[in-house]
Parts: sequence; structure tokens; C-alpha cells
Amino acid sequence: MLKIWSMKKEQQKAENAEGAAGGKKKKVTAAQLRVQKDLSELSLGSTMRTEFPDPDNILSFILYVEPDEGMYRGAKFSFTFNITPNFPHEPPKVQCREKIYHPNIDLEGKVCLNILREDWKPVLNLNAVIVGLQFLFLEPNASDPLNKEAAEDLRTNREGFKRNVRVAMGGGSVKGVLFDRVLK
Amino acid sequence: MASTTVYPGSEPARWKYLDRIRTRAGPFTDGDAYDGSMVAEAMENMTVLVIGAGGLGCEILKNLALSGFKNIHVIDMDTIDISNLNRQFLFRAEDVGKYKAEVAARFVEKRVRGVKITPHNKMIQDFDEDFYMQFQLVVCGLDSIEARRWINATLVNMVDEEVEDSYKPLIDGGTEGFKGQSRVIFPTVTSCIECQLDMHAPRAAVPLCTLASIPRQPEHCIEWAHVIAWDAEKPFPSLDKDDPEHITWLFKKALLRAQEFNIPGVTYALTQGVVKNIIPAIAATNSVIAASCCNEALKIASNCAPSLGYPNNNYMMYSGNDSIYTYTFKHEKKDDCPVCGNLARELQVDPAWTLGELVESFATRPEAQLKKPSIRAESKTLYMQSPVSLEEATRPNLDKTLVELGLSDGEEVGVTDPAFATVSFKFKLKFKKTE
Repeated sequence: MLKIWSMKKEQQKAENAEGAAGGKKKKVTAAQLRVQKDLSELSLGSTMRTEFPDPDNILSFILYVEPDEGMYRGAKFSFTFNITPNFPHEPPKVQCREKIYHPNIDLEGKVCLNILREDWKPVLNLNAVIVGLQFLFLEPNASDPLNKEAAEDLRTNREGFKRNVRVAMGGGSVKGVLFDRVLK
Repeated sequence: MASTTVYPGSEPARWKYLDRIRTRAGPFTDGDAYDGSMVAEAMENMTVLVIGAGGLGCEILKNLALSGFKNIHVIDMDTIDISNLNRQFLFRAEDVGKYKAEVAARFVEKRVRGVKITPHNKMIQDFDEDFYMQFQLVVCGLDSIEARRWINATLVNMVDEEVEDSYKPLIDGGTEGFKGQSRVIFPTVTSCIECQLDMHAPRAAVPLCTLASIPRQPEHCIEWAHVIAWDAEKPFPSLDKDDPEHITWLFKKALLRAQEFNIPGVTYALTQGVVKNIIPAIAATNSVIAASCCNEALKIASNCAPSLGYPNNNYMMYSGNDSIYTYTFKHEKKDDCPVCGNLARELQVDPAWTLGELVESFATRPEAQLKKPSIRAESKTLYMQSPVSLEEATRPNLDKTLVELGLSDGEEVGVTDPAFATVSFKFKLKFKKTE
């Protein structure tokens, strides 16, 4: 009798352990769920596309932008997106992978976009960031320069700046700096 | 006036004043239903978890021990730094380099007779739900939002509606300079830390372009050295904020830039402060907030007065910037909160189903009715309807069975659908037993 009782106990323990193991399964994190939601609502249009080096890790991807109007028309730019577990409390980290001639993007690929830094709010989403990036190519902004020379150039001589953008996009050098070829 | 009744677990002389509060019915106790005779014993049998043994944590441990709690655990992964000694009063100069949890536990045990404090020199993420089940109350004195979100999500996920003991009240204290807050969370019942995420103002960042072109303050020069000059010159392979050589490099860069723009005030100490994002910690703020947190702990444990949290106010903010100001209010629970608005629902599935069949089934299930669901597990993207590249990459999964995809019984999946812009769903897959 006693033996049956202790066997029953053992069995229960094993069952509980199984249940507990189920409880320890990895859970979808709040950041992942939010990124999943943002991605499924993304409206990229024809000028942009994403690439996921590891589709199982949606917190890290590349965005390609191919402006179809403005001074940067005809080229293809790419940005890395890295999202921390603190998203959406922290903005995504975005960097341009090519060396380009742009008043708001420096030679290291750092991007000066207000919502990527000082104006980020958790209610903003990935779509807002992507629209912001697209806008930088349509309307480079000389009053908030990250690349001071380029900004000065745009401010003082818009036509000259346009020519320099074409030269840089073709892989040429502007003011002694050699740029990456991004023309298609 | 003197009370002569001795209740179990109470040493009359020592706890005389505490017992006046916790054993007697008073204007704030719950009418005739209040029975103070068992409180002291109940508090002796409670196990309380304190997370963090830093500025707030030292205060909290001392306060809880002096409030009649006898079993306390404390988790902190940090070791003691010399700069902690001005306000983390459980530590002495000879303790520098030792674990905070360890030293704090021993100190309080030595000073408060009869209290047992168990230190854990680890990260909170090193423990699982079984560990957190043993506590009746969790008090946090943390400086990181990430850690708060983690413990919050863990406690919310642990709630089992049929098990009373699975509800662990969370008391959270936080300070930043002269400001602070304390709040009480009853997981799944009241608004949680994730609901209140917007209450944490992200650190005020300076626009990159200001750093790059028109610095006005010494901090701008330091940030410039930190985020722009460092990356451009890469003097060391990676930045170690605790390495004096690295900080010195940044300091010199910042100083040169400051001279160029005629900005005074760049010092080594300021450089260190800006780079490590140090906000001056003020001992008085810590003690005000810790007192408020422990007051809530005592109220929850003893029912001697209604606590913050339920059903009304759950958030107390404190500011000592201009004289003293406090405001207590109710932060509403968010229906679309990804943690508590959104508990994983069980979903009966057949492990032999293909993912395609599962996705289809969401359209017809009354509890879901999703037309374009995207679905992911924690470390596996199962099927995403968009963007195009992810859809292409995950489309082959549709023909695989749930088992082939490595899913297991009890695993959690997240489901989103653009038709429900504000809501996402979590399901816990329950495998049908095969005959």
C-alpha cells in the first residue's frame, strides 16, 4: 500500500516537472512582438525593400532605398537596422552602409534624423523611421548638417551641390573624399 | 493605553510601535473583518524578494527588516564601487569589490536580530518562474528599465487564475536626481510596468547635427567625442567606459573641440559622467522613495491600511526639485499592453498540422478571426505576410508540420494582423494528444 502511494507521488512529481518545463518555454518578448506588428504593417512602396540575413531574427535587417525622384534619383542606398530588446522604449539603431555625400548623413554612415534620436517616442513605429529616411533623400536639409561641407555646399550653391551628388554617387571624389558607387 | 496582549511572532518590547499599527483595528482597517492577531505571525512566514542592493536597495533592505519582515531574499549582480559609499550605507571601504547583495545581507542580518536575508549575486534573468514562485511580495530598487520590464513580464506571465498564490504584488521604486516614483502593480489586475512605459522619459538626447556643427555646451563636445570622433578614429577596438585610458582619450578630444568653439567646462569627471550617463544619485531621494515602497509592503502584508495599487491610485511621483511635491494618481491599464493586455491564450492544435493549416485556422477560429495573420515563435519566424522578403523567406514553412518546424507543446507564438492595428495576440500551443 505504502509503495503504491509513493509511486503515485513520484508520478505526480514527474508530471509536474513536465508541466514546469512547459512553463519555462521561451516566450515571445514585448520587443519582438512589437517589431513583428510594425513589420506586418509596413508599407514600403516600390522604392524600398528589406532583406533579413537571418529571417528568424527580425530585430536585425537591411533596408534598401532607391529614390525615384530628387537629387538622389537612380541610386541605391542601404541601411542596417538594429533593434534592441528595449524597443520601443529606445529607437532602432540605423546606419547607412555606403559612404555618401549628404548633408544629414556623415561619412561613417550616421544619420541625423530627429526621430532616430532626440524626438523618438514609443508611439512611433518602424514605418515612421522608414518614411523619415526616404524624406532625407527627397529633401536634404542644410540647416541641420551632419556633413558640414555638404550642407555648406547645398546652402551656397544648389546646382553645384547637385553635380557633386552625381559625382559622389558615381563613385568619384568630391573635395578630396572618395565616395562609394551607388548608381544602379 | 499600553497593550499587554502578546501575539505569536511578536516580541512585545521591540515591536511595540509596529504592533500598534499592525495588530489594532484603526480608521483605515477594513471594518470588523480586520483581525490583527495573526499579522505578526503571517509576516514572519512571508518571504519577500528585493531586487537591487544599490542606493534604493540598501534602504529597502534596512526598512523591511525594521518593519517586521523576517525572510528576505536579495538579488544583485553588481560589486561595490568606491563611488557607492557615500549613499549605499551598508557598505564600507573594505567592501569595495565584493558583491553588493552579499555584503548588504550580512550587514542587515548583523544589525537586525532575527532577520534572515539570502543574497543572490546573480542577474534576475538567471532565475526561472519556480524560483519567483516562493515569494509573496517583490520590491524593486532598480536603475534599469530593461530589468523592470523583464521582472514585470515574468510576474504577469506567472499568474494562474486558479492559484491565489501565483499573484505576486510588485512594488517598484525609482529615483533620478531629485525626482522619484513608487508604484504598486498587481499583475494582470492593475496597470503594469509595460503599460506605464511612457512614464519613463527617455534620456534627453542632443540632435546629432548639433553635436556635429554647433556645440554650445561642454556636454555637446563630450558627446561629439563619444559618438562621432571615436567612430571616425577608432583609437581602441571597442569602447570600454570603465577604462581610464579610453575616457582620457575622449576627454582630450572633447577638450580640443571645446577650445575650438570657446566652450569652458570640459573636465575628466564630466566626460566620465556624460559617457556613462551618470545622473547624480541623491541619498535623500532614495530614502524617501524606499520609505514609500516599504510602507506599501507593510500595508499589503498586514492590511493595516489600504495600499496603493487597487482599486484606485497606483502611482506616486515625487519631486524635490523645487521644494517638495508629490502627486498620486491612477495609471490606467492599457488594453493593448503587449504584456498584461495580452496574456497568452491556449490554442488546441494538432502537431501533425502544417503551418499553412494553422494559419488558415486563424481565419475561422471565433477567438481570432484573423484574415492576414503573421506568426512567430520566440526564436523562429514562422510566417510573415509582409514585408516581401520575409514572406518569401518564410513561405516554405507553410508546408511543414508544426513538429518539423521545431515547435513543441506549450510553446508560445505571437500573432499579428494589420487589420487589428493596435492589438497583437499571443497563443500557447497545446498539442492534441494523438491516439
